[in-house]
Amino acid sequence: MLTIKNLHATVEGEEILKGINLEIKAGEIHAIMGPNGSGKSTLAKIIAGHPSYEVTRGEIIYEGEDLAEMDPDERARKGVFMAFQYPVEIPGVSNSMLMRESYNEIRKEQGLDPLDPLEFEDYITEKLNLVEMDAKFLERNVNAGFSGGEKKRNEILQMAVLNPRLSLLDETDSGLDIDALRIVSEGINKLSGKENAVMLVTHYQRILNYITPDYVHVLVNGQIQKSGGKELAIKLEEHGYEWVTAKTEVNGEAK
Amino acid sequence: MSDTQTIESMVKQPYKYGFKTNVEYDYFPKGLNEDIVNMISDIKEEPDFLREFRLKAYRNWKTMKDPLWANINYPKINYDDIQFYSSPKKKPQLDSLDEVDPEILETYEKLGIPLSEQKMLAGVAVDAVFDSVSVATTFKEKLAEAGVIFCSLSEAVQKYPDLIKEYMGSVVPYNDNFFAAMNSAVFSDGSFCYVPKGVVSPMELSTYFRINNEESGQFERTLIVAEEDSFVSYLEGCTAPMFSKNQLHAAVVELVALDNAQIKYSTVQNWYSGNEKGVGGIFNFVTKRGLCKGDHSKISWTQVETGSAITWKYPSVIMKGDNSTGEFYSVAVTNDKMEADTGTKMIHLGKNTNSTIISKGIAAGESQNSYRGLVKIGPNAKNSRNYSVCDSMLIGDRCGAHTFPYLEAKNNSSSVEHEATTSKIGEDQIFYLQQRGLDEENAVSLIINGFCKEVFKELPMEFAVEAIKLLGIKLEGSVG
Repeated sequence: MLTIKNLHATVEGEEILKGINLEIKAGEIHAIMGPNGSGKSTLAKIIAGHPSYEVTRGEIIYEGEDLAEMDPDERARKGVFMAFQYPVEIPGVSNSMLMRESYNEIRKEQGLDPLDPLEFEDYITEKLNLVEMDAKFLERNVNAGFSGGEKKRNEILQMAVLNPRLSLLDETDSGLDIDALRIVSEGINKLSGKENAVMLVTHYQRILNYITPDYVHVLVNGQIQKSGGKELAIKLEEHGYEWVTAKTEVNGEAK
Repeated sequence: MSDTQTIESMVKQPYKYGFKTNVEYDYFPKGLNEDIVNMISDIKEEPDFLREFRLKAYRNWKTMKDPLWANINYPKINYDDIQFYSSPKKKPQLDSLDEVDPEILETYEKLGIPLSEQKMLAGVAVDAVFDSVSVATTFKEKLAEAGVIFCSLSEAVQKYPDLIKEYMGSVVPYNDNFFAAMNSAVFSDGSFCYVPKGVVSPMELSTYFRINNEESGQFERTLIVAEEDSFVSYLEGCTAPMFSKNQLHAAVVELVALDNAQIKYSTVQNWYSGNEKGVGGIFNFVTKRGLCKGDHSKISWTQVETGSAITWKYPSVIMKGDNSTGEFYSVAVTNDKMEADTGTKMIHLGKNTNSTIISKGIAAGESQNSYRGLVKIGPNAKNSRNYSVCDSMLIGDRCGAHTFPYLEAKNNSSSVEHEATTSKIGEDQIFYLQQRGLDEENAVSLIINGFCKEVFKELPMEFAVEAIKLLGIKLEGSVG
């Protein structure tokens, strides 16, 4: 579904990604872990097409197409979804209005008729239960006055509504208390299946108690230093990121 | 193309009301002096009280100076070079549309304001003011059945001189300020509306102002009087052709609400704003004021200001009656080299008076957008309240948004709340919406409409649709 080859990227002239290689297939969950500033959030933003980042080398192939050729909205309509680490507020625009506009854009792309507000209400009501959100949320302005946990749940609600092929979850677990973490994780689990894939960017291992990744990649200093199964996350939890960095340096010296 | 450039390209939309109508004008000399004032009064065959009103205003104006305190910059206006009165040659016969110059009728058709009643939007009566003169008023008979008087001001002067004498200048005195005094001396025409006691106007009333003559200024007056327990909703729209010269527009609007009466006044101002280099456009200096004269009366201003090279405008409410209410809802959009200094004055005199100010300023291009508002609570206005919100949004990094709130509270039992925010239409907001599948144009338009929602919901339905479309034209388009 997604193939990243030798990806280099800069923001304001500074190189953040220094040669990423990654293959994500349908039905898989990949966890991208790493210390602060390692470039893991950058990776998610670049796949989604954030305009602040510039790809200097390498390529990102999604469903056989080069993403570099597509605007962020085009990527979104083709099924790339990002749950934001810091979802932005849109004053005066209700949550349900945004989600309906958004869902109808994606339906249009798929050649389906748009849903009118009443049809959409039926559709979204069943999705609300998934993240244990009250219908009142729909009438509130997008993320305005939401708590940190509510914002994150709202992102997962949008994921449920839009039913993406590839979900990029950018530190969705940060700032969540235990209950919210459970709700969000269960929601993600229910939404993942054979047809879609998840790339989960996280700093902490704890969300992996709820979501079992097929692969764990450790990103340090703009490169994937180590990849493995879910046991890698547990090792990281025990030894910390220094364990990977220290090893890298040792390898460096050994050369 | 960077994001900033793309957003800026969205604000560059052609002005589609910029055509000129070819009509012949009666000759009128330029400049302003007592002879000119007398000539206007002669042409209009006015009663003596009105001639005196004009002359007093003129004499006061001569002693006054252009107000320079506003945050706007414009070349000194040469008042000797302005034609203070302009009238299409064919004398309009107000009782029949057949008598109106067909060129003018066609103009209003092109503007989307058909004046023949069969084609009219049901439920909206229109007074069409072309340059200085009211050319047609629709639905007069239907309104008359309800007892509502709606006609041109000139007609009202002839038919209802007592009402004019009683109310004209009672809210905006002839010597109120430089531009109001000028208007009082030379006003050409305008709209008059009188809603008698206990009557709810059966339809929305509207005036559509069109400036057509390059050499003339436009100086109209609107007077609305709502008697006890009455209600009227009034709409005002404005456009002008594109000229490389600036035209002066100095209008006065006076509203009077008696006990339990309610006046809702909505404006969509789309005067030509000049080109992107700042050449041409209307200088819009307007004095609008409402008097809540009676207890429990309410006056509500809603304005969507999208045009004019210079805007200087502060629709205000004097809450004289106890328990009266004043409201001001405003969206002001500036782009290119436009400059707007607009806001309101809420003057609380009666007890338990209440005012609300919601101001949304959007600045793009190299424009300057200022909110200026005064909330004044007098010593006798016990238990009064004001709530103000002033939000500004910047598009791009070459424009400016400014807020100048003034507050005077003279008693202890009143409360005033003021909230202000300035935001930049952010890359992050646009990216968020794009990530949800909306293209950049839709994303910007959704953000802008959300920002203005509190104001748009105050507009009558058809006007709200018009206003949203207008903002769309101003703020989106050629992406890519």
